Amino acid sequence: MIPLNDTVMRLLLAAVVVLPLLGAGAALLPAPPGLRGRGPEQAVLRHGVTVTGAVLAVTAVLALGFDHDRPGTMQAETDIAWIPALGVRVHLGADGVSLPLLVLTALLTFLCALYSYHRPPEGPRPQAFVALVLLLEAGTLATFAVLDLMLFFLAFETVLIPMYFLIARWGGAGRERAAWKFVLYTLLGSVVMLLGLLLVGLGAEGGPTFDMTALAEDGGRGLTHTTQLVAALAIGIGLAVKTPMWPLHSWLPDAHTAAPTVGSVLLAGVLLKMGTYGFVRIVLPAVPDGVHTLAPYLAAFAVTGIVYGSLACLALALPGSRGDLKRLIAYSSVGHMGFVLLGVATLTRTGVNGALFANIAHGLITGLLFFLVGAVKDRTGTTDLDRLALDGAGERGAGAALYGRAPRLGGLLAFGAVASLGLPGLAGFWGEMLALLGAYHPADGLSRPAYLVFMALAALGTLLTAAYLLVVVRRVCMGTPSAPGAVPAPGTAPAPSATLPDVRGHEFAAWIPLVVLTVLAGLWPALLLGLTDPAVQNLLPGVSR
Amino acid sequence: MNALAQDPVRSVVQSVDWLAVAPPALAALGALAVLVADLFLPERRKPLLGPVTVAVLALAVLALLPLMDGDRTTFCLTADPAVCSYVADPFALAVQFLVLGAALIAALLSMTAVQDEALPGGEYWFLLLASAAGAALLPAARDLATLIVALEVASLPSFALVGLRRADGRSSEAALKFFLSSVTATAVSLMGVSFVYAATGSLHLDRIAERLRETAPGLETLAATGVALTLVGFAFKTAAVPFHSWVPETYVGAPLPVAAYLSVIGKAVGFSGLILVTVEAFPSYGHVWGPALAVLAALTMTVGNVAALRQRPERARSAVRLLAWSSVGQAGYLLVPIAAAAYADEPGRAVGATVAYALMYAAVNLGAFAVAAHVGRSAAANRITDYRGLYAAHPLAALALAFFLLCLAGLPPGIIGLFAKVAVLSTAVDAGLGWLAAVMAVNVVIALYYYLAWTAQIFRAPAHAPAHIPAADTRVRVAAPLTAAIALTGLLAVGLSGAPQFALRFAADVLL
Repeated sequence: MIPLNDTVMRLLLAAVVVLPLLGAGAALLPAPPGLRGRGPEQAVLRHGVTVTGAVLAVTAVLALGFDHDRPGTMQAETDIAWIPALGVRVHLGADGVSLPLLVLTALLTFLCALYSYHRPPEGPRPQAFVALVLLLEAGTLATFAVLDLMLFFLAFETVLIPMYFLIARWGGAGRERAAWKFVLYTLLGSVVMLLGLLLVGLGAEGGPTFDMTALAEDGGRGLTHTTQLVAALAIGIGLAVKTPMWPLHSWLPDAHTAAPTVGSVLLAGVLLKMGTYGFVRIVLPAVPDGVHTLAPYLAAFAVTGIVYGSLACLALALPGSRGDLKRLIAYSSVGHMGFVLLGVATLTRTGVNGALFANIAHGLITGLLFFLVGAVKDRTGTTDLDRLALDGAGERGAGAALYGRAPRLGGLLAFGAVASLGLPGLAGFWGEMLALLGAYHPADGLSRPAYLVFMALAALGTLLTAAYLLVVVRRVCMGTPSAPGAVPAPGTAPAPSATLPDVRGHEFAAWIPLVVLTVLAGLWPALLLGLTDPAVQNLLPGVSR
Repeated sequence: MNALAQDPVRSVVQSVDWLAVAPPALAALGALAVLVADLFLPERRKPLLGPVTVAVLALAVLALLPLMDGDRTTFCLTADPAVCSYVADPFALAVQFLVLGAALIAALLSMTAVQDEALPGGEYWFLLLASAAGAALLPAARDLATLIVALEVASLPSFALVGLRRADGRSSEAALKFFLSSVTATAVSLMGVSFVYAATGSLHLDRIAERLRETAPGLETLAATGVALTLVGFAFKTAAVPFHSWVPETYVGAPLPVAAYLSVIGKAVGFSGLILVTVEAFPSYGHVWGPALAVLAALTMTVGNVAALRQRPERARSAVRLLAWSSVGQAGYLLVPIAAAAYADEPGRAVGATVAYALMYAAVNLGAFAVAAHVGRSAAANRITDYRGLYAAHPLAALALAFFLLCLAGLPPGIIGLFAKVAVLSTAVDAGLGWLAAVMAVNVVIALYYYLAWTAQIFRAPAHAPAHIPAADTRVRVAAPLTAAIALTGLLAVGLSGAPQFALRFAADVLL
């Protein structure tokens, strides 16, 4: 949209990765004179906002400078030798698949920094908090920007340590265990992935190479079918843990429940995307034969995840189950990511485009939902659905009744919920519909009846999703707040005052961009699909649908 | 007339390239000088011996520089100048750099310990230099006799170093255990060497390699037995399972700098000997030692890591114990490329990954020991729980230790650790040893758990004023030599993380 020459674009993309890294280092140093603010804590939180804001601005310029007429080609490419001994190159580039994810990451991290500035995290020193968030941002942005398998692995691993500390230091109840579970699951997955990456890279046709674009062009020609199968399985397992795919998902609910609000937003909003991005960027083009054999199994697991996730949510949402709202949204992520995986597993352009769309939509909507739940927790002190609901068994009088007591917050929560259930006109709709459409007519050579069954089950999953989200909205938002002065039942929380503090200015600032983008992506899906489709054509050569 | 007189001399006396042998020779001369000086120096001047040792080692490291331009050989047979006993090739230089550099850092660590624990200075520095000289000789040795002599020169002083804390019963017991098991291993090795000599009629590695290819039919069993027995001695030095049981006792019983020294130089001696024997001398018996080393590697890393995982952090000296067991685990990773060399087209290239990994390991492991030595000065028990709140007391030392531990674990930001592991793994994948790669992958995860648990301790808030350590004592100043050691290893680790090529280029070059 704005013409920028290639050098500028290259520098912009490099800056996107390097800026947060530098910022993370700077956050640990004492603030220089003139930037001390009201105290070290305020200064460092402001530093976080500044750096993430700068990264967002650079990403926005990059997106504007991106040549939207040819999103299928790699742009802003840098390619420098780094470790010749291992054939590792600093190869950066962005195309229609990675650009939206870069923007999403920069945006969500900025919103998180903004939110933390006004509501500092509860826990030890905010200096470390800001440094970790910036390190996390650097790792995620690098994951989406690099085109070298080893650098991808490096970036993939970079997010582990910051996320571990964010959960273990600033989290809620059970945080140590949850943080360990997160780090061990993902690491076990990623070392298996490393073996797969080495298999692909070392066996490449024209001698060992870890270059993603070269491997995509090769299309796995240098590898036997067995090698491709093993490599696809190994890489797939690593990515599936991160995505997460049922049955490798069990770290996710714990991590989300224990993580601080900002950690949850980033975990759901961007970290999970690294897994599905890897499927599209590496597994599909580099080992096509292996994927073709594994695709039906992937689809089956994905559909199981969809149904399992929504049933788990339904169980949590029902009265008397003492379900945790954060845990519920975490399980809903398992379902939503199931749609993404189903789209990938169809091996069609429709499906993969749907997967990429659902990826972004999930980042926007679930990010918003975790923000909102964090706000509800701040106000009512709990995320226990039975205590938030008026009909809670034995907990009468403690209900949130957001419509009556904090109407704007209630409205936003209802908006997030309907967006999440895939209401047409909002972002959640298109991705899941395209994934289902892809499953209706999967790639040649895949069993169509099987995929039709998968499609039917996934459709059932959307119904269940609608059911539990509406139950949540009814229980948390609706109802009449109890009259002031009502006598609380013995042993329960005292009756709340009639109103809760409604959405504050900084909260609007952090949430409105997500709401706007959700509506925009819902009404104008071509904005995203126009970017992803040409790139997907390159990643799936010879596929017509 | 003159020319006629020279000929017989030339045919008997080998010419010596003194420049080529300078690095080990300097260390050996330094050892003698320190020993003699100790006799004549008055008591108050004796602390000077420490800096002298450091200077000697620094000089020995610098002596490597003029050798970098090409291979040099010396102590060659007068009859056949192509067969030499001492070769300064890229492999020898890389390992000599590792050994002498590591000894230098160990010497820095020792300066504080010799003072604090009142160890006998003269003996200590002599033994350290003598052992370093042997270790530096070993990678350049190209015949079995020199190899075994170098191995013993490196080992014998270290038994004494372990037992140097005379008042401490644990120290002597550790030394005795270490001595007995080591001597047994050497004896077995010598038997293997004699079998190999009987089968081939030579002690020079390349001649052995030649003649083993066409062993006479009746001698095959003898040769194979010889090959297997020879490997035992070197496997012992690397602390490979089942020859590892001396490690934890020895490390815990020895003064901490000696444990640091053994953890790096003991390993370097072991793996460089193994590489020379397997790749240089016995390439045709790859089908014997390849699978054996692969199994050994898998066992070693698994036993070491599982044992490290089971260490209770509140037990006395658990930090050193954990480092000891984790060093056994790391030894397993070092063996992987050597095992892969049996299957590779270019074995000289595969073993480069071992050298690269060892360089990384030496820097970060010594760094971790340096921080442990510092913590040990205020908390004598040196438990892992004593590291709680280290960040609050000494932010820089804490960040350095966290970085070293993450390098050992192979997780970003410890980039060099990650890529060194990638280099090792890729040799295994390349050689078709998929199962070994998978075992190593699982081990990396196990190791991550205990390294990360330790790292997490560092950043926790300090416990509420523990009864046994008054608050003032926890803030002991970092001693200057320890600071230098931490800074040196820290800079090395950070520098290598930015430019991993410096260490990893060994993984791509043909070293032998």
